[in-house]
Formats: sequence, C-alpha cells, structure tokens
Amino acid sequence: MIEINIEKKLHGSQSEMNLNVCLEIEEGSFVALSGESGSGKTTLLRILAGLESAKGFIKMGEEIWQEGDFVKETQKRQIGFVFQEYALFENMSVLQNLLFVSQDKELASHLLEITDLIQLKDRLPNTLSGGQKQRVSLCRAMMNRPKLLLMDEPLSALDMEMRNRLQKEILLLHKEFKTTTIFVSHDPSEMYKLAERVIVLNQGKIIKDGRVKEILRQTQGSQKFSFRGELLDIIQADVIFIAVVSIGQQIVEVVLDESEMKKFKVGDEVQVSTKAFAPTLSLV
Amino acid sequence: MIETLLSLDYEPFILSFKLASLTTMILFILALPLSWYLSQTSSRIKPFIEALTALPIVLPPSVLGFYILVSLSQNSPIGAFFQNVFGIELMFSFSGLVVASCFYSLPFMVQPLQSGFESLNKNMLEASYISGKSRLETIFRVALPNIKPALLTALIVTFAHTVGEFGVVLMVGGSIDGETKVASVAIYEMVETMDYSMAHIYSLIMIVMSFTVLLSVYSFNKHHNKKFGL
Repeated sequence: MIEINIEKKLHGSQSEMNLNVCLEIEEGSFVALSGESGSGKTTLLRILAGLESAKGFIKMGEEIWQEGDFVKETQKRQIGFVFQEYALFENMSVLQNLLFVSQDKELASHLLEITDLIQLKDRLPNTLSGGQKQRVSLCRAMMNRPKLLLMDEPLSALDMEMRNRLQKEILLLHKEFKTTTIFVSHDPSEMYKLAERVIVLNQGKIIKDGRVKEILRQTQGSQKFSFRGELLDIIQADVIFIAVVSIGQQIVEVVLDESEMKKFKVGDEVQVSTKAFAPTLSLV
Repeated sequence: MIETLLSLDYEPFILSFKLASLTTMILFILALPLSWYLSQTSSRIKPFIEALTALPIVLPPSVLGFYILVSLSQNSPIGAFFQNVFGIELMFSFSGLVVASCFYSLPFMVQPLQSGFESLNKNMLEASYISGKSRLETIFRVALPNIKPALLTALIVTFAHTVGEFGVVLMVGGSIDGETKVASVAIYEMVETMDYSMAHIYSLIMIVMSFTVLLSVYSFNKHHNKKFGL
C-alpha cells in the first residue's frame, strides 16, 4: 500500500493554488492520473519521485519516504520515471542507457527483447524515432526493478500507431513485473486500456476517484451513445445548419435548425448524443 | 630561417605554456563546483556571484593587478599565509603568477561551463538521480559528457587567454628571466628595446599557435554538433 498525504502551494497558470492530495494506492495496481493542465498532476508525480518538496507524509509499503522533516532522497527510493520528452542520456548508447541504472545485463537484454529494440542496442538516442526513444526510456525505468513506476504523459508526443504499440508493451511489462504504476494521461482510450483506477485532479484537489469504467463512462440516463468533441465549424445548407464536430480522431456532422444553431459557437466543447436502440459493430 | 628558429630562446614560451596549463588545471577544479552551483541554483545571491565572477572581463588589468599585488604581498593575510605555511613568496614569482592568472581567467572557465550545464535537459539529470546516482556521479557521467563542446571551449579559451595575458602578469610578476618573463612580456621588452625583428618572430609564433588552437576548437565543435544532431 502506498499512502500519500501531501500539501504544496503552487503558482498555477491562473492563480495560486494548493495541491492537497490524500490518497491510498494498492501495491501492484495501475492508476491513471487525469485532469486539466495545471491541475497539479506532474507536480504530484515529481513529489512522489522526491524531485520536488512538499509538506506531508508519504509511505511506500513499510518504508517511510517522507514524514515531518525527513525526506528520503530520490536516489534511495528505487523508482522508475518515464518523462514525456524521453530524457535519455544522449552520450550513451541504448544499451548503456539501461546499464547505467544497473549492471544487470540479463535484465537489459530481456527488456530490449520484449520491446523489440535489441537490434538498436548500440545506437545513440538522437538517431532514434520518438517511439523508439520512449521505449528505451521505459526499459531504462524498469532497470532498477522499481517499486513504483511513474509516467508523465509518456505517449502524448507519439502518433496513434506508436501509442497503441507502446500501450501493449507497457501492459506487458506491468503484468510481468507487477510494478505499482501511476501514469498521467489525457486519453480516455489509453486509460481504459491500461488502468484499473482513474483519479481526476482539478485545481490541486481530487475531484473523481474510482474504477476506470465508472469514471470514463459519459453516458447518462437512457442515452446510449454520448461523445464529447469540439465544434469545428457551422455550415449553412439551405434552411438547415450542419455542425462539424471533431470527436477523437474523427469528424462527424450533426444537423441543427436555426434556433439550435444560435446556442453554439465555433470552438465550443460539445456533447454529441443519441438514443441508439440497436447499435451495430462491423469490422473496418 | 631554420637556424634562427633553432637558436631562439624558447624559455618565455615554455613559461607561458607552463603557466597556462597549471592555471587551466587549477581553474577547472575550482570552477567545476562553482559553475554547477550557478547553473542549478535560483538563489537570490546568484547574480552577485555571477557579477563577481565576470569582473575580470571588464576591469582594466591594472586594477586587477594592483589588488592582486596588494593581497599577495607579505603584509596581507594571503601572502603571509603562503609565506609562513608553504614558504612560498608570491610576489614577483611564478607561483604568484599562477594565483593572479586564476583570478584573471576565472570567467573564461566558469561562463562556458555554466551555460553548458544550463543547456542540459533538466529531466536527463533527474533521470540520473532516479537511477540512484549521486550528484557527483551525475556530473561526471552525464553532465560533462553531454557538454563536450562547452567543456572544450572552457579549457581551451582559459588556456589561450592565460597565454595571452599581459597587464596583470607584468604587474604581479615583473620580468624575471625563467621565472616570470612569459612570451607576452618578452615581446613587450623587445619592442621597448627596438629589437623589432625578434619581436616579429615571437609575435608570429604566438599568432600561428593561437590560431591553430582556436581552429581546432571550432572544428571539433562543428563535428561534435553534427554527430549529435544539433
């Protein structure tokens, strides 16, 4: 069990706010941390890593990480951290990046095998693609067999295909090492695939905390389909209007009449919903 | 031509390079923690330390030389300390020149190192801490290898700047053969005594050597940046 009860004053993008988080996380679980930017997600991760100071209490299993004036050094926490921008050691090859953490050559080649990087082991990081770099970063984080793996939007800089691939690899590694994992994400499908539990932060406070299916399901009442999207354009076609809405990676069009049209403006965040009694699935 | 070159008195050059090598080594050891501290801190005293470090760039060498002279004399605590503990006389001696050069060339070592450290990806250093590595190990295995151009610039420019110093050396060391008469002072004396042909030879040697050194630094940096895709 990880017990966290911390407090820190943050100078947010809009105003000062208080990061105030009280949380218990079961060992071996996979937790997604979500919320708008500036809500304190990254800071929380950094506090757990010991990279930033905060007031409060952190206990990892039987080990106290922080209590009163005592703060366990980052070096001694035995954690893994995957940064959004990789943060690989540029002067070292892929394999050296891993061996820098620990001299366990067996584990290094095993990790490189799983992530399909073994043939790139002697390359320098700047010759790799973004996806490859993030896989190296993930392997590096696993090298000290971390008690806690922290990932700060690890996939947000990657394209769809690479994301899917890395999601699978993250899941694979999680199953094998059973590392307690906290990862920051904005992508509902990513959270759905990876996490068991979702925690949503807003202005430094937890506003939602629960099982992934409860938190992410947006449909309410009798509506069966409901999607959130951004209103990109409103086009007039004779007497009706067509709203162009972007949902995820898709563009959909919704017909509006004039009175409805007046309620929206381009750029609004909107919800597209319909009662669908018999939805069908087909392969594409 | 070759005969002239062979019969030249190279002692001033040897002295210059000895002085520059020693100064560079000492400064590297002193400037490494200082520049690291300056690159990582956001303390309020940072600008004061930065301004203090940069002073030798803007001060006339005579001002610097004067105060170094005053502080190295046996009447001052520093001079007395060296005299009593090590038995070293700092004024008008080679040791005194080394101390003076360390002050004079300090910014040329600190500034490139500091901006090199500042340009490093903070997350990369944090990744090293997370990997369980101490600050010292991080500096030597992650930070320094990733700022090779800045490191080389710092070392070479400090070296070259020390070879090229004149005013401070003259004030603190005077011109004692084989002790404090470095190349720049020797050339000054040749001009004073109107020995223009020797002054030419000495000066040309200085120009060629300095140019070669700088050229190799810039070539290395270009090559390095290409390799690391910068």
